[in-house]
Amino acid sequence: MEIRPKVLVTKIGLDGHDRGSRVVAAYLRDAGMEVIYTPPWQEIPAVVKLATEEDVDVIGISSLATDHLIVPGLMDALRGAGLTDVAVVVGGIVPDEDEDALLAAGVARVFHPGTALEDIAAFIRDITPKIRAQRAAA
Amino acid sequence: MNKPLDKALLEPAAGEDRWQREYAAQIGADKSARNRSGIPVKPLYTPNDWNGDRYDADLGYPGQPPYTRGIYATMHRGRTWTQRQLIGLGTPADYNARLLGIIAQGATAVSLIPCNSVYRGYDMDEVPAELLGTCGVVLNTVPHMDACLADVDIGATSCAMNDPSPFTLLAFLLATAQRRGVAWNTISGTSNQSDYLSHYVANHMFFRIALPGARRILVDHIEFCNRHVPRWNPMSVVGQHMQQAGATPADAMAFTLASALQNADDCVARGMDPDQFLPRFTFFFDISLSFFEEVARFRAGRRIWARLARERYGAKDARSWRFKFHAQTSGVDLTRQQPLNNIARVTVQAMAGILGGLQSLHTDAYDEALSCPTEFGARIAVATQNILREEAHLTDVIDPLGGSYYVETLTDQMEAEILRTLQSVLDAGGMYEAVANGIVQRRIGESARRFQDEVETGAQTVVGVNAYRVDEDRSARPSQPKPDPQTMREHVAAFRAYKVGRSQQAVATALDTLARAANDPGENVFAQVVAAAQAGCTHGEICGTLRREMGFGHVQAIV
Repeated sequence: MEIRPKVLVTKIGLDGHDRGSRVVAAYLRDAGMEVIYTPPWQEIPAVVKLATEEDVDVIGISSLATDHLIVPGLMDALRGAGLTDVAVVVGGIVPDEDEDALLAAGVARVFHPGTALEDIAAFIRDITPKIRAQRAAA
Repeated sequence: MNKPLDKALLEPAAGEDRWQREYAAQIGADKSARNRSGIPVKPLYTPNDWNGDRYDADLGYPGQPPYTRGIYATMHRGRTWTQRQLIGLGTPADYNARLLGIIAQGATAVSLIPCNSVYRGYDMDEVPAELLGTCGVVLNTVPHMDACLADVDIGATSCAMNDPSPFTLLAFLLATAQRRGVAWNTISGTSNQSDYLSHYVANHMFFRIALPGARRILVDHIEFCNRHVPRWNPMSVVGQHMQQAGATPADAMAFTLASALQNADDCVARGMDPDQFLPRFTFFFDISLSFFEEVARFRAGRRIWARLARERYGAKDARSWRFKFHAQTSGVDLTRQQPLNNIARVTVQAMAGILGGLQSLHTDAYDEALSCPTEFGARIAVATQNILREEAHLTDVIDPLGGSYYVETLTDQMEAEILRTLQSVLDAGGMYEAVANGIVQRRIGESARRFQDEVETGAQTVVGVNAYRVDEDRSARPSQPKPDPQTMREHVAAFRAYKVGRSQQAVATALDTLARAANDPGENVFAQVVAAAQAGCTHGEICGTLRREMGFGHVQAIV
């Protein structure tokens, strides 16, 4: 049976530029995924709660204006809530040195400007079975 | 001697028919081309498309209605556009150092970009410390504004500030002027992007107070400035946010004009005289890479506005008819790949804006798709403007593309397309109703998606992204400037100390008066924002009070 990924597309922090998150969310939805979309400025505890309640496979964080700097805080909060079997991806404007820090904090992948939407979808399709297997094993 | 003439010379069919035949024979499969607004683009334009017989009615002369060729008689030959680079990073002292540097390099006006925490209506001690000052200057008080503008003669320098409702930065500026003994009637500049409608639709970060409150405070602000700060432009109607969010150039112009009509209608409903407030309306646009489309769109916008101001509002003062606009080269068109290519993109965008007749220009730094711009990138952006003006002589001739068969045809077509969208918004009850119902947001979302699909399929080339790719390592990209954490900690500590040292009584009284004004339609809320600033209230306290009384600005989640 084909696995249908469940994805939360959201923005944390202070920035409100949401063209990227809207376009990505619409594309993933049209690609057959179950997409939960929120407006910008979600608090980290709210993202953790939503991810837990909705049992999502992937959390996509869009960051255009340095909000990625608090993604390590999100990773800590997810771990604190025992939510280790969810993949966090970040898309947007992320300088190289910050990408290193995000990957070290446990982010699965950073998508930079110019990424084809299909590449994002392919990554999610690829990682979801692994997430589910990890969850089943736990 | 009697050699016969070349046959080609005798061929009778020289002209458009023959060109058409030869073109069809040689082109092979002709690709249909459309611009970003969906208007078909032909391979050639001739007097059959536009012949100038409506020159006086449709074009006229610079400084004369309908202003298609420019709103002033001398245009850039008399007074060049204002070089208004957006800057803001770190603390007020950091900002001031960078501002003085940019003025020394040729910038002719102040522009101030506050930190995202300020945009959201918070003080620096209310948000995650990691985010402070990364995208703009962290200023929350009158002393901060005073420090930002140290050694700047504010009575003689135009100040433009990104300052959404309730316009605390202008309040801080007015309080600073008062401290320095500078009369308010000498203060000039613009409340950049004061148009709450565009914030609700697209630039959500600026949207602090719920729609009805934001609507009222804007009119209060216009009324206050017209009366007390007469050289200030309180109304900056914004198309830039909507185009950055994905609106086509024509739609962005239409939505902007619809917003201007909404705001003007609201002023009229308040009993204000159009010839008092319309001269202080300004517009703000994005300039995409679609060169001719942008030139035509600006020319069309000028023509439509001149007519609307006269016919709809009965404005008699020519200043009310003039479509003054600031424009910013589009960051959306910039790429992370091969970032230096962005200098070429910005150059073309800037040319479109200049030839489109703008009054003020911000050129993006080439590194904007990588990070908040570096000082190095910002310097090249300023130099680009200087080169276009003084080396390439783009300012020698007014409206140099006027009279081009293509540009005039396209100007007419863009005008028709803009009017169609504008009418659809008016049919939906005007811009306020249309955005409250999500109509505008949906249309923008659709065109954003359409453009992205064209990039994905390769129908729209983006050099370095879907074509002409090269392998590059991270050395091609500059590193992100970040404020010094220790300096920022000291800035926050000083802010806390400032709050303790104020007259708590004066602060409490001012916030109480502000709250009462918010609930009394007979009061002017902005006048009380200014009074609160003078009493020592902080940005977050003022925004927080109004949020509590008038509702927090939440936007709709529309995908």
